[in-house]
Amino acid sequence: MTDATSTGQEPVAIMESPIHVDYRFTAGLAQSRFLKGLSQGRFLGQRCPRCHKVYVPPRGSCPTDGVPTTDEVELSNQGTVTTYCVVNVPFQGQSIEIPYICAQILLDGANLAFMGLIQEIAADQVRMGMRVEAVWVPPEELGPTMASVRHFRPTGEPDADYESFKEYL
Amino acid sequence: MPDPTAADEVLRAPHVLEYTYTRSVGPVIGAFLTGLRQGRILGATGDEGRVVVPPAEYDPVTARPSGELVEVGPGGAVSTWAWENEPTADHPLSRPFAWALVVLDGATTGLLHVVDAGSPDAMASGMRVRPRFRPEGERRGHLLDIECFVPEESS
Repeated sequence: MTDATSTGQEPVAIMESPIHVDYRFTAGLAQSRFLKGLSQGRFLGQRCPRCHKVYVPPRGSCPTDGVPTTDEVELSNQGTVTTYCVVNVPFQGQSIEIPYICAQILLDGANLAFMGLIQEIAADQVRMGMRVEAVWVPPEELGPTMASVRHFRPTGEPDADYESFKEYL
Repeated sequence: MPDPTAADEVLRAPHVLEYTYTRSVGPVIGAFLTGLRQGRILGATGDEGRVVVPPAEYDPVTARPSGELVEVGPGGAVSTWAWENEPTADHPLSRPFAWALVVLDGATTGLLHVVDAGSPDAMASGMRVRPRFRPEGERRGHLLDIECFVPEESS
């Protein structure tokens, strides 16, 4: 048996085994409305006709009552940081300089928080209850994507009372 | 012009997930891949006369460490197969082919690979096939260093 080194090459020790999954994502009616709202610089949610909670992004039905959420609601550009984490770990494909803040943001009038990037504040200054507002990309760059929201930044208002967001952590 | 904000227009978009894994292969699969790069197919000798291809570090039945690696093939027999009519971009061949388990001469297990047979009519369980290796300079220590198997009579 010839050994690997007789060919002048090292034995194989590593192999690449990439996984590539090619999906075609269909947003559905409710999320399509939300995405179209983003391309107009607006947050569009939906209200449950039974429990009156407002979901943003909407999924088209209320997870509690199981009924369609047909009532569209436009939400404020402002909200509250309910909880957050400071990202200090570099990883492949990272597009933002570390450290940065990833936060759960509860828009005023919403009953569901979503994830957003907090900028224009030092990472050690962010806090639960901090009031923030969306900073949108320029109008010509708006599109049906969360990338239309460049980030959230502090509004400078006094922090929200813990009681007002403790259900949304 | 249709209203892009029309309430009933559902949005669709491509959504690609990709994980660029690289993994270490260990001494046995490493030797197998090194063999492929050299144009040879290796199997692991196990208990009860088994020769496992691709080789495993342990006997699949007794779980005892495998013995030495031995060269098998290059020819073999198809034990079972399935015809692929519409190859995707990720498949080894761009024209219709057969997925097949090939029991190489000297081996006791089937190696999953593809057979470039042209038509399912050319496929049969028990048919003889041989590997078509890529040219030496294109081999990289990968199962696809064997481009495909081909029916033995056509080679």
